[in-house]
Amino acid sequence: MEVRRLVKMANDIGAFFERGGDAGGVANHIRMFWDPRMRREILVHLDETGGDGLTPIVREALQQHGHELDPGS
Amino acid sequence: MQSITDRDLGTPRPKTTRTVTVEIDHRTVEVPEGSTVMHAAAANGIAVPKLCATDSLEPFGSCRLCLVEIEGRRGYPASCTTPVEAGMKVRTQSERLADLRRGVMELYISDHPLDCLTCPANGHCELQDMAGAVGLRDVRYGYEGVHHLDAETDASNPYFAFDPSKCIVCSRCVRACEETQGTFALTVDGRGFASTIAAGMNEPFMDSECVSCGACVQACPTSTLMEKSVYAHGQPDRTVTTTCAYCGVGCSFKAEVKGTQVVRMVPNKDGQANHGHSCVKGRFAYGYASHPDRITQPLVRASIDDPWKEVSWDDAIAHAASEFKRIRDRYGRNALGGITSSRCTNEEAYLVQKLVRAGFGNNNVDTCARVCHSPTGYGLKTTLGTSAGTQAFDSVEEADVVMIIGANPTDGHPVFASQMKRRLRAGARLIIVDPRVIDLVRTPHVQADHHLQLRPGTNVAVINGLAHVIVTEGLTDDAFANERCDPDEYAEWKAFVSHEKYSPRNVERMTGVRAETLRRAARLYAKGPNSAIYYGLGVTEHSQGSTMVIGMANLAMATGNIGREGVGVSPLRGQNNVQGSCDMGSFPHELSGYRHLSDGETRRLFQQDWGVEIDPEPGLRIPNMFDAALDGSFKGMYIQGEDFVQSDPNTQHIEAAMRAMECVIVQDLFLNETAKFAHVFFPGATFLEKDGTFTNAERRIQRVRKIMPPAAGMADWEVTQAFSNAMGYPMRYAHPSEIMDEIARLTPTFRGVSFETIDRLGSVQWPCNDAMPEGTPTMHVGGFVRGKGKFVVTEYVETDERSSRRFPLLLTTGRVLAQYNVGAQTRRTPNREWHDEDILEIHPHDAEQRGIADGGLVSLASRVGDTVLKARVTERIQPGVVYTTFHHPLCGTNVVTTENSDWATNCPEYKVTAVEVAPVTRLSEWQEQYRDFTRKQEDLLRERASVRT
Repeated sequence: MEVRRLVKMANDIGAFFERGGDAGGVANHIRMFWDPRMRREILVHLDETGGDGLTPIVREALQQHGHELDPGS
Repeated sequence: MQSITDRDLGTPRPKTTRTVTVEIDHRTVEVPEGSTVMHAAAANGIAVPKLCATDSLEPFGSCRLCLVEIEGRRGYPASCTTPVEAGMKVRTQSERLADLRRGVMELYISDHPLDCLTCPANGHCELQDMAGAVGLRDVRYGYEGVHHLDAETDASNPYFAFDPSKCIVCSRCVRACEETQGTFALTVDGRGFASTIAAGMNEPFMDSECVSCGACVQACPTSTLMEKSVYAHGQPDRTVTTTCAYCGVGCSFKAEVKGTQVVRMVPNKDGQANHGHSCVKGRFAYGYASHPDRITQPLVRASIDDPWKEVSWDDAIAHAASEFKRIRDRYGRNALGGITSSRCTNEEAYLVQKLVRAGFGNNNVDTCARVCHSPTGYGLKTTLGTSAGTQAFDSVEEADVVMIIGANPTDGHPVFASQMKRRLRAGARLIIVDPRVIDLVRTPHVQADHHLQLRPGTNVAVINGLAHVIVTEGLTDDAFANERCDPDEYAEWKAFVSHEKYSPRNVERMTGVRAETLRRAARLYAKGPNSAIYYGLGVTEHSQGSTMVIGMANLAMATGNIGREGVGVSPLRGQNNVQGSCDMGSFPHELSGYRHLSDGETRRLFQQDWGVEIDPEPGLRIPNMFDAALDGSFKGMYIQGEDFVQSDPNTQHIEAAMRAMECVIVQDLFLNETAKFAHVFFPGATFLEKDGTFTNAERRIQRVRKIMPPAAGMADWEVTQAFSNAMGYPMRYAHPSEIMDEIARLTPTFRGVSFETIDRLGSVQWPCNDAMPEGTPTMHVGGFVRGKGKFVVTEYVETDERSSRRFPLLLTTGRVLAQYNVGAQTRRTPNREWHDEDILEIHPHDAEQRGIADGGLVSLASRVGDTVLKARVTERIQPGVVYTTFHHPLCGTNVVTTENSDWATNCPEYKVTAVEVAPVTRLSEWQEQYRDFTRKQEDLLRERASVRT
C-alpha cells in the first residue's frame, strides 16, 4: 500500500491521542482497526526510514508496541 | 384517497389512558377522555357521516354532515368538534338528522360532476359513500346554476392530478399540508361559493412550494387529488404492508396492488416510524422497479473492454466462484473481499458478511456506512456503549430544545422533519449548526432561535465552545454526570473545555460563529429542560467525525440530556438499512451486534455455529481495499448493492483501483457506475420482490414483504447463498426468517427478534431480548450500556484540507429531497423533474469576484480533480464556501473530493474540500472521458449475447 497514505492515517490517529500523550492508545487503535498488511507495512516503513513523516507520538507508539502490531509475532 | 383497508375514526385518538362513559345510540361505551363524539362513536362501530373529518387531522367542523343530537343540548352539534363528557347521551340517527344531512349532500352534489362510473375514485370515494349513507335520491337545486364543473385539471405534478371540478372544499388537503407535512403550500382561495383550493400563489402545483409528499392526495375524500397511477391502473384490490427502501426514517407503507402491479403506495397509519406520512420518494418514486434499464439476466465477461454475455444463474454463479477460487489459490485468501448493502435487508447483509468470513476466510467485509456513519458507531460506542442512536423518533415530541447539527432533515429525512416541525410549531426551540442556510433555519411557522453558521471543518471547535459556556457558567448537571459517568473523566473533561482556548471569542476566530450566538445557544441547550441533538453527515464526514460524535455525547451527558424521552443523541442515518447493515457485522473488525473480533468468546460462538475458524484479525475497510487493489494485494470483490465509483471520494483513484482487480462481481438493479467496471453482474431484486427486514435510524426493525416475484428469478439472499455454496461453504436457508433466527441466536441485542415477533408487534427496536422482550425505544435509561458513561477529551485539530491561494474556497456537499444517494433509483423516476443535475451553490460575493452568473457553467477544481457543473448564485451559502450534491454521475462531484478521512474510521471528509471555481464553456476532461466510457459500456451491454444453457 502507498506508505504516504498509511503515514497520514497513523498521524491522524496520533493527533487524537496527542493531548494525553497516549502512545498506547495510538497503538491499540491501529491494532484494533488496521488490517495486518497495513500494520506490517507501517512497521516496515519505521524500520527502513526511522519513521519518516510520522509524528513523534506515532513513532513512539510503533516503537514501543511494534511487537503487538506485528501480525507475524 | 386513504388506503383501501384503512378504517377512519374521524378525528385523532386522544393521548390519554383516562376514560369516560357515554351513551351513544342507547349503547353505553367507555371511551378515552377528550375523544370527540365522532371518534367515540366510530371506535365503537357507529359510523357518523362525515366529509371534512379524517383521523389524521385535527377536527375542523366545516361540512356539517356529522351533526348529532345530544340530550340536554340545543341544536345539532357537529360530532367532529364536540368532545365527549361523562354521562353524555348522543343520538347519531334521527329523522331530523337524516333531513339535515341530505340537505347538506344536496348542496355538495349540486356542484359535483355525476361521472362516478368513469371517475378514478369510483368505489373508494367518500362523497359517493356519503351520498349512499344519507340516502340522497334527488338534488332539488338542479345543476344549471353557477358551478365549478368546467374547472381545468392541473396535471403539472408527475405523480398526481388536481381536478378542481371534483373538489368539495373540505380543506382536508390544506390541513394535511399544514398539520401533517408542515409546508403550508395550499390554501383556500376566495370566499363562500367562490372558494377554491390553490397551490402557492394560485399557480400549478409544480411551480408552487409543494414538496409532493402526497399527504393532500391521501387526505382527499374525492378524486380531486388523485394519483395518476390510479387513473392508469384503476383501483387496487389488495394491500401488502412493507417498509420503504429509501432513507433511514423507514416509513411503513401499504403497497396497494392489483395482481402483481403496484397501483400506489400509501403510508401506513399504524407505521410506528412514520404514523401515516411519507415523502415524494417513498410514496411515488417506486417506478425504478419496473424501469427498462433493469437487468434481469446474469452477465459475465472476461474484461471490462469485452461485451457482456448473458448466461444462466447456474453458469454465472459457477463462473464467479471459479474466478474467486482462482484468485484465492493464486494470491491467497486475503485477496478477496465483499461489500454488504445498506439498501438490502438485514438478512442479506448478514449473509454477505458470513460468506466473506466463512466462505472467503477473512474479514475483508465493509459497508457503505464506512462513508457515512461509521464515526457514529465509533463515537457512541466509546462514550455510551452502543453504536446507535439513543431515541425513538417519537421522542422529539417531548423535546423542549432541538439542536440539529450537520443535517438537513427536510431534504434527507423528510418524514421525521415533518414530525420535528410539528413539535417546533408547538413551541420547542431550535438551534441549527450548519455552514449553510438549510430550510429549517426559516420555514413557514418555524424559525431557528440560533443558527451557528460555522466554517466547514470546525465542528469540534463549536462543540467545545458550547461545552465551555455550559461548564464555565455552571449549567452542567453534575449530579447526573457524577452518578452516571466516571467522575474523574468528567472532571478532566470539564477542565479541558474550560480552557481559554475554547472561550466563545476564541471559538469565533476558529469557526466564524459569533461569540454571543454561541453563548446563547449553549445556554438554551443546557437549560432545556429536555434538549435533543439530531445530527447527520455534516458531523461524521470530517477528519474529526468521530471526535465530534464523542463531543456531542459529552455534551448530552454533562447536561443530563440522555436516558429519557425528549433528549438524547440521535444520528439521522442516510440509507434505509444502514443501521441494520452495521448491526449485522458488516464492518471488518466486528461481528454482529458490534462485538470485536478480538473477543475470543464471541468468535468461538460463531465458530461453533458456522463450523469454521474465524480469522481474529480485522480486515480491510473500503478505502483500504482500493489501496490494496492498487498495490496488487487485493484482486476480487463481491459488491452487493453499492455504487462507490459514484459515491466515494476521489473518483479517479477508485476507477484505477477497480481496473486493477481481476474479478469484480456487482449485484445490483442497473448497470450502475461500479458495474461498468465489473466482470460478473448478478441481477438484484427490489424491495418489492423479497422478504426480509430493514432497521431504521431509531433501531426499529420492520418487515419487508414480497409483493411480486424477483424480476431475475432470485432474491438477493438466494444469490449470496448460491454463491457461497459454489465457493464451497454450504448455506441452506429456505426463507429469510431462518436467517433472522440465526442472527438472534448469535446476537444478544437481537435475542428476542424473529419474524413472528415483528409481525406481532408491528416492529421492534433493538435491544430486544429477555430483559426487553418488546424492544427498547429509549436507550441508557437508568444507566449506560457500557456501565459508566465515558467522557473523552475532544481536542480540536484543524483539518489538513485548508483553503489556499490556489484553492481559496471550501466545498461542502449534501443531498436534495427528490434524489436518493447516487440517484440510481430516483434518477429513473419522474423525480428528475425536480432535480436533473447537480448544481453548485455559490455566494453572490464569490460569484461576482469570479464573473460567475446564475445558471452559468463553472469548473470546480480541487487538488485531486476537476469537474464542470452549473452555478446557482445564492445567499444560502456563506462567502468562501460552495455547496453541491452528488446524485448525478456526469456532474462528477466526487472527482473533486479527496482521500482525507476520519482519523478513527476512515470515513471520507466529504464536507471539506479546498476548491477554486471559475466560469467555463465546456465540460471537464474527466467528464468527456466519462461520457465516452459510459457510451462504450452501454454499447457493450446492448450488444450482449445470450449464451444461456
